[in-house]
Formats: sequence, C-alpha cells, structure tokens
Amino acid sequence: MARKKLDKDTILAMILVAPSILAVLIFVYGFIAWSVRVSFSNWVGLLPNYEFIGLGNYIGLLQDPRFHIDIRNTVVFTVLFVGGCLFLGVGLAILLDQGLRGESFFRSLFLFPMAISFIVTGVVWRWLMNPAMGSRMSGLNLLFDAVGLDFLVNKWHTTPQWGIAAIAIPAIWQMSGYTMALYLGGLRAIPESLREAARVDGASEIYIYRRIILPLLWPVTLSAMIILGHISLKVFDLIIAVAGKQVSLDVPAVYMWTTTFDGQFYGRGASIGILLLLSVAVLVIPYLYQSLREESTS
Amino acid sequence: MRARVADKPRRAPTRAWLYILLLFMSLFYLLPMYVMLVTGFKSFDEVSLKTMWNLPSGLAFDNFVAAYEQLAPHLWNSLRLVIPTAAISAMLGSINGFVLTRWRFPGADIVFPLLLFGMFIPYQSILIPLVQFMRTTGLYGSIPGLALTHIIYGIPITTLTFRSYYITVPKEMVEAARIDGAGLLETYYHIFLPVSAPAFVVVLIWQFTAAWNDFLFAVVLTNPENWPITVALNNLAGSQIIAWNVQMAASLVAAIPTLIIYIFLGRYFLRGLMSGALKG
Repeated sequence: MARKKLDKDTILAMILVAPSILAVLIFVYGFIAWSVRVSFSNWVGLLPNYEFIGLGNYIGLLQDPRFHIDIRNTVVFTVLFVGGCLFLGVGLAILLDQGLRGESFFRSLFLFPMAISFIVTGVVWRWLMNPAMGSRMSGLNLLFDAVGLDFLVNKWHTTPQWGIAAIAIPAIWQMSGYTMALYLGGLRAIPESLREAARVDGASEIYIYRRIILPLLWPVTLSAMIILGHISLKVFDLIIAVAGKQVSLDVPAVYMWTTTFDGQFYGRGASIGILLLLSVAVLVIPYLYQSLREESTS
Repeated sequence: MRARVADKPRRAPTRAWLYILLLFMSLFYLLPMYVMLVTGFKSFDEVSLKTMWNLPSGLAFDNFVAAYEQLAPHLWNSLRLVIPTAAISAMLGSINGFVLTRWRFPGADIVFPLLLFGMFIPYQSILIPLVQFMRTTGLYGSIPGLALTHIIYGIPITTLTFRSYYITVPKEMVEAARIDGAGLLETYYHIFLPVSAPAFVVVLIWQFTAAWNDFLFAVVLTNPENWPITVALNNLAGSQIIAWNVQMAASLVAAIPTLIIYIFLGRYFLRGLMSGALKG
C-alpha cells in the first residue's frame, strides 16, 4: 500500500517538474547545440543554410580586425570595471562597518543603481559624459570646468583608443553598491572576537584590516570577481545606450547583435555567441563546481 | 551588532573624516539622479545644456508630459510583459523548488548543475535558435513571445531560489505530514505554501525587475509596436529630434517602477540578488 502511494507521488512529481526541466534542456542546452551547428555553417541571409564549413567562421573571426578591437575592449573594460567595483565595494563596506550613524541609509543609497536598467543608466550617463568642448561644453565637463577641475575635462567615450574606459564608469556606478553588499556580508561574518584579540595585542585598526580582515575576505573577492567578470563579458545594453553602435566601442555582444540581425551573417554571429559562452564557462564552471561541492559536504 | 560597534575606539576627528568620505561617495551615486530630477522639473524655456546643473526656478512638468506622450504605449507593453512573467515564473519556481527539495530522483545530480549553469549563459549563445523558434511558432514580435522567453530563461533562478528557501523547512514537519497520510500535493499546499511568502516576494521582485530592465531579448524579439520601455527609451535617446531634457525625464519615467519596488521592498530585493548569486 505504502509502496503504491510512493509510486503515485513519484509520477506526480515527475509530471510537475518535467515541463520546466524539458524547457531548460531544449531552450538552453538544445539551443546551444543548435547555435554550435549554425556557427559551423555558411548561413548568410534570411533563409537558414546549414551547409557545413567547419571552423571557417571561427577562423574568420580570429583574423577579423573588428574582433581584435572587441577583445581589447573587453579586456580593458573588464579590468577597469571589475577593479573599480572591487575597490569601491570593499572601501564602502569597510566605511559602513565603522558603526556610523545613518549606515542603513547610505547602504541603500549605494545600492539603488542596481534596481535601474543599464539602458536608463546609459541614457543618463550619455549626457553626463557629453564630449562636446568649448562653448558647447556640458555635463560633467561643465561641472569640472566650473569648480576649477578643468584638468579633468575629457572626451569620455569618444577618446581615441581608450573610449571604452569611459563606459566602465557608469558600469561601476551601477554595480559597485552590489559589490559593497557582498563585502558587507563577508565583514559581518567575521567574528568580533578576532579583532578584539588583535586589539588586545596592540594591533592598530589599519593593521587589523590589512593583515586580518582583508585576507579573510578573499572568498568574497573571488566570487565578486567571477560574478562581475561574467557581467563584463556580456556587457551590451550599456554600450548601446551610451554610444550606439560604434566600432571603436565594439564588444563581442554588440558585434554578435549587429552582424547577425543587421548584417544577416548568422554563421558568424553564432560563432561569436559560442565564443562568449565558452569564455563565461571557463570563468564560471570552476566556481559553480566548487560551490556545489561545498553545498553537498555541508 | 550595536554593542560591538560602540566598543570600537574612535576619536572624533576620525569620525568626521569618515563622514566626509561617505558624503563625498554619496555625491557620485546621486549625481545622475540629481540631473534626472532637476532637468525633469524644469520648464521648456528654462532647459539648456549650459545650465543643466542649476536647480529649476519652479516645478514644471513639461518634460514629463512630453516623455509620457512618447513612452505611454511602451509602458503598457512593459506592464503586459512583466506582470504575467513574474506571476507565472513564481508559480513555476515554487512548484519546481518544492519537488526538487522533497524528491530525490535519478539524475538529480545532473539537473542541479545544468540549472545553475543555465543562470549564467550569455544569451547571445541561444539567440539565433530562439528567433527561429519564435518565427516558426508565430510568436515573433509579440509580448507573449517575450514573456515566454523570460519565463523559460528564468526557470533556473526561480527554481533554485525556492529550493534554497524550502530546504530550511524542518524535515520533521514533512515527515509528520507523511505519517498523517498527506500526499505530494497536500504536503505542498499545507506545509510549504503557507510559509512561502518571503520566497514569493523575492522571486516576484526578481523577475519583475529582470523583465522590466531587459533590453537584449526585447530588442531582438519584439516589433516596434510591442517594444517595452527599455527599447523605446533607447530608441528615443538615439534620435536627434527628441531633446535631451525629454530623454532625462523619460529615463526617470522608465526607472520609476523598479525604483519604487526598491525603495519599499529593498530588503527582499537584496535577498534576491544574494540568493542566486546573480545573473547579468
């Protein structure tokens, strides 16, 4: 009797989750496989064409000067964005951990950009980072000029070669509060007794942070780097909203979009998508593997 | 928490410096909000790039009216998208999370990593098949097609959020229900569902925000008349005809729903961000 009941529930459980699991298998993993197939094909134009050309699209990409710009831009953006978020994040978290009045207000203030879309952020920063000079100067340049910081006046995302660095600023604006929240969680998990012991031994507050707290925050830094790193590999909307489609600010996600849906080079677009997937996988899979193992042992 | 904070030896000048630093940092985060608000409330005659940092002389709504006229249909599109997306995602997530918590099935060890990785994939790697699928099924260009997309690609995060919440339900309660003869559905209905409210709030907020703020799926999958707010805003910002002040007001209009949620339900919002690590 009990046995029969178990079977009935097992069947019911399967029926309940089967649609979702199937959907994920098809729409995530099936579609990835389908993309791989497209990336090996010579599909150009609206009608699908799966004629196999091997690694042709990938080789073409590696020889494509535009893709070289993409890789360079992604590297520059990632270094600045991840570095900036980690620096501001840990700084703000330590600042907020000092027991100052209004802590929760400031915490919410640093975090609110997370609630906004990259498009809104991009549209607003597009005007803050207006590169016009001289009598048409506006935005932050105008502000710098007015308060005597005119050496800071610059051409933002229209700076030759380094325009992508300017895009990292709104990205940091949006994600540093989140990084702070991650660090704050880490700080709160460090037992106060540890700091007390160091203080009793005569260690200064700065020494305690450098030698005890920061090393203990390493796991937080690592997960923040992975989360932020994978966001930076996918950066897309922010660039479009700040600057539109400009080759000087091109990244793989933008290239994929324009070459596929404007240019109809489906084969090439798919190969960019797959390369993006591989780079995210290299970054994320060891991390997921680790956290799954920790979960199963705990 | 308070007690330990008070213990900290800290002299007054140090505190003052810390506050100055904190206020300085606040400026960085408030700057864009300041410009949006100040510009939004200026009248058309008062708007000029030269004086964009000045406060308005009075409260005018010209910019908001103009922005709303441009964006109204797209705000509706976003609502039509986001409400069913959040509701269906939460229901699916709850049921999936429950079943996966309660029931060790063959292959479970494979399903979790697959779900987890599904949260992180760059959507560029599935975009072409997705467009083909939408074209074949006739959903291309429409809001239901976009909602379906968000629901499906939201399954990993919603399922895992509910699962991590349900795992904290004491085993004894489940066991007691089983002894009382409760089946799978009764256990869900009487034991798990009643304590699910916080998880529902987290997931509803998460999917609402994700779908409201999404650009990639929306720009690829919808026709201009079905554009949600993000695509419409980006288009408006890219056009030469719409003045920058209207763009600022439009940005604020587009940001308001998620900002309101953040202001009132921020705690849950944060929990959503933390629970599933994060998808980009």
